[in-house]
Amino acid sequence: MRLYRALLYVYPASFRAEYGEEMCAIFARRLRETPAIVRPILWVSTLVEILTNAAIVHGDVLRQDLRYAMRTLGRARGFALTAVVVSALGIGATTVAFTMVNHVLLRPFPFAHQEELVNLYEDHSFTAGAGGEEFDIAPANFRDWKLLSTSFQSMAFWHGAMLNLVGEGEPRQVPAAALTYNMLPTLGVHSMIGRTFTADDDREGAPGTAVLSYALWQEAFGGEEGVLGRKILLDNEPFTVIGVMAKDFYFPDRSALLWTPVRFAPSHYEDRTDNWVFGVARLKSGVEIEGARAEMRTIAAQMQRSYPKELARVGITVEKIRDDRRSQAASLLVALFGAAACVLLIACTNLANLLLSRAMMRRKELAVRAALGAGRERLVRQMLTESVVLAIAGGVLGVAIAAASLPLFVRLIPVQLPIAQMPAIDWRVLVFASAVTLSTGIGFGAFPALRASRSRDAGGLQESARSGGGRRERLRAALVIAEVAGSVTLLVVCGLFVRALWRVERTDPGFHAENVLSLRTSLPMPKYQNDAARDRFYERVLDETKQIPGVAGAAYATGLPMTMPGGVWPVDVPDHPEPLSARENACMRFVTPGFFSVMGIRLLAGRDVAQSDTHEALRVAVVSESFVRKYWPGENPLDRRFNFGNTDRRVVGVVNDVRMRGLERSSAPQVYLPYEQFDGDKISPFYVPKALVIRATGDVRALAPVLRRIIHAIDAEQPVSDVLTLSDIVDSQTTPRRVQLTALGSFAAIAFLLAAVGIHGLLSFAVSTRTQEIGVRMALGARAGDIVHMIVRDGLMLSGIGIAIGAGAAYGAGIELRALLAGVDPGDFATFAAAIALCVAMTLGGTAIPAIKAVRIDAATALRTE
Amino acid sequence: MKDPVSLLPLPPAAFHILMAVAAEDRHGYAIIQDVAERTGGGIKLSAGTLYRSIQRMLEQGLIVETRERPEPKEDDKRRRYYRITPFGKMVARAEARRLKDLVRLARERGFATGRA
Repeated sequence: MRLYRALLYVYPASFRAEYGEEMCAIFARRLRETPAIVRPILWVSTLVEILTNAAIVHGDVLRQDLRYAMRTLGRARGFALTAVVVSALGIGATTVAFTMVNHVLLRPFPFAHQEELVNLYEDHSFTAGAGGEEFDIAPANFRDWKLLSTSFQSMAFWHGAMLNLVGEGEPRQVPAAALTYNMLPTLGVHSMIGRTFTADDDREGAPGTAVLSYALWQEAFGGEEGVLGRKILLDNEPFTVIGVMAKDFYFPDRSALLWTPVRFAPSHYEDRTDNWVFGVARLKSGVEIEGARAEMRTIAAQMQRSYPKELARVGITVEKIRDDRRSQAASLLVALFGAAACVLLIACTNLANLLLSRAMMRRKELAVRAALGAGRERLVRQMLTESVVLAIAGGVLGVAIAAASLPLFVRLIPVQLPIAQMPAIDWRVLVFASAVTLSTGIGFGAFPALRASRSRDAGGLQESARSGGGRRERLRAALVIAEVAGSVTLLVVCGLFVRALWRVERTDPGFHAENVLSLRTSLPMPKYQNDAARDRFYERVLDETKQIPGVAGAAYATGLPMTMPGGVWPVDVPDHPEPLSARENACMRFVTPGFFSVMGIRLLAGRDVAQSDTHEALRVAVVSESFVRKYWPGENPLDRRFNFGNTDRRVVGVVNDVRMRGLERSSAPQVYLPYEQFDGDKISPFYVPKALVIRATGDVRALAPVLRRIIHAIDAEQPVSDVLTLSDIVDSQTTPRRVQLTALGSFAAIAFLLAAVGIHGLLSFAVSTRTQEIGVRMALGARAGDIVHMIVRDGLMLSGIGIAIGAGAAYGAGIELRALLAGVDPGDFATFAAAIALCVAMTLGGTAIPAIKAVRIDAATALRTE
Repeated sequence: MKDPVSLLPLPPAAFHILMAVAAEDRHGYAIIQDVAERTGGGIKLSAGTLYRSIQRMLEQGLIVETRERPEPKEDDKRRRYYRITPFGKMVARAEARRLKDLVRLARERGFATGRA
């Protein structure tokens, strides 16, 4: 019989209390009437019977509770709406953050068995100023790595390219990548239609073949299957479309729209210091990344011995494709997630407070129901059903808010990752959102429910809301502290990001960006391989541009600061004491005369490059301050000689430094060379001047159509792209920070508002429960000032504790996020002071109204309230 | 009052319970016995099914718990007695009509014997 009694525990307690005894009696009788031999059968059927009936009874109770919840919530629409919106904000924020984390960190890349895939780089971190551990590879070195290594099933490389696509409407610039033929098989992907490259496509002189991305296929070719076999012109060279990749395939990053084979010539493998490709390899099964790293270290050492001059300090970096390039995004996303968690915490705190206050107001109702025989379990269950219903409504609304606000967050996704721009709300996100919703509903509904049902004794009927009891006060205090702590954390972190943004914005780029327009003419090869043809083009464009009214100057350069961060060449200074193996790189830019004045780069000594620096004249160079500091500190650099780009050059001028790699990265020293001294046989066409800059008065953007007309008239097939003002370019440097700040800031703003409302609600309620006490105090002679002081003091004490906890958490978060803070101290005093001041103000605001209400209480009325 | 038809079809257990309490108030075990007798032992309600049904029927207003108790010597304090309500009678009649109509239709198709 004890077993039967125990089995009854699967029923709801109320049902057990009501019918348990009789059920036991009936079962006991049945047991007596059943012969011993058949009893096991009775037990089995009873077990099945109890389980099914208990499920039905639970269902009945749930249905009842739901109906009741709907009815009571329908009567309290304001409360219900507030609770739903509050939980929707919390759940929405966490869902957005999780969707981002899921998209960037959890979802796999569009490659097969990505855990086996690694990126390969040259490691130049031993060479100061050269750019670090993930440096481009010289094709010759890559070829040797492939010959010598045994850790990989296959190794492939790629290099990026901007190609000029002609033949489909307007000529357009298409971001593309050239791949070795085994790249796509290495990644384990296939074409969606058509085929991918074969070894025959990837030989020098092989007919051009191209594989399209799904996006380009749709956009430029209308998604027609007939595109296979279509002839297109890429940089004036014929290519045949052989395949289209699937919609979700991206490589090497999101921007690439087209792929071609590299078709390397033997000459591409000659120079071991000409770094311009990136490697991808697939580990052999059973080989761990550490094993591969060890092998590559050995190979690097071996190659250093074989080529001491070129590779003296070059190592090899092996990085899992999954982990590579994600670290910065990861810490930002963790920050975003943390911020969302703060919002959720504050939202839940508000929800708990709302439910608690409501439970207090319903004490009489609950007491009546208890008196009518409802057990505590039924009351708790009823209230939990209510909070879960609210949370589910909030969850549904929250997911909708998340889906709607995702486009605001997509710019947080680094473009360097091979993933779609728009994160998907997939099953992981939905599971996450449901879990958050249910735990919100149950977790934060349980407190008030248990609390309210605890004092369901007869006292509840006469008791007023006044007798909150110490325990409830403690719970309220904890809620206020949590809200303040959450807001302080978010405000401080946001403040640190603001400081970081300001710091970056104040950085001197080394040029004057105002009133300068820039654009790119791609100068397709081989049409412009000829020096004379190119120079003629520059001269005509510059002459005609300078005649536009309002134009103060125009010049051509290899590339512009920040848009062209690379383009470096090793420097060889004969009279410099350092050994050859320690030579460092400098940025190489070919420019036309007047480039410095157009850009607002100051000439500090000597002269600008001049029209007289022709191909036949002595090779000259203008160098930057840091170049002089490095090689001839304290000496006169003019007329000094150095070898750069396989040619001896003489310094004729010195200019100030420019932040070539962007506002937040240090740049290698810069060397500017006269455009007419470009030697096509010694230097890659990559360095040919392609960027046009124009300084003008008035609205420089208005010049764009005129410039397009001028260029079109000179060469109708010349595409004009990247029309940007220099200010745009500098601003774009801080765009990621602005986006981060907007994302975190919006979370912080929501959290702050919720916290302000919540704290006001909590304190108002606390004051209203003390009406009688305040009345007594005033009757006993307390002055209004004393009462206000008392209430404000209570509020400030709670917020003080919250601030202390929040400040600690914020400091910890700041240290974690140091990489994103651009050198701002995570303990930045001003930021902490401002955030704390805001929170104190918020608490004071929250207390003021209840305090004023309190002193308006007429003692006699207060005492009579009951 | 609710429309009796809205509760149809009645679960078999509920119909049997209504029939058991139709003539006199009965307690739980008496209901089980009555159902078993009337069906010749064919239906033996389990305690769980009985009380689960009783709870729902109380809620639906088909039966009520009665305060009248039998003679003290026959009484067992743990027992609760149930009585059919006028609404319960209406619902039972409606259910019987429904079943009769169903049987008539079955006869017309030759699924059951007797007069169509």
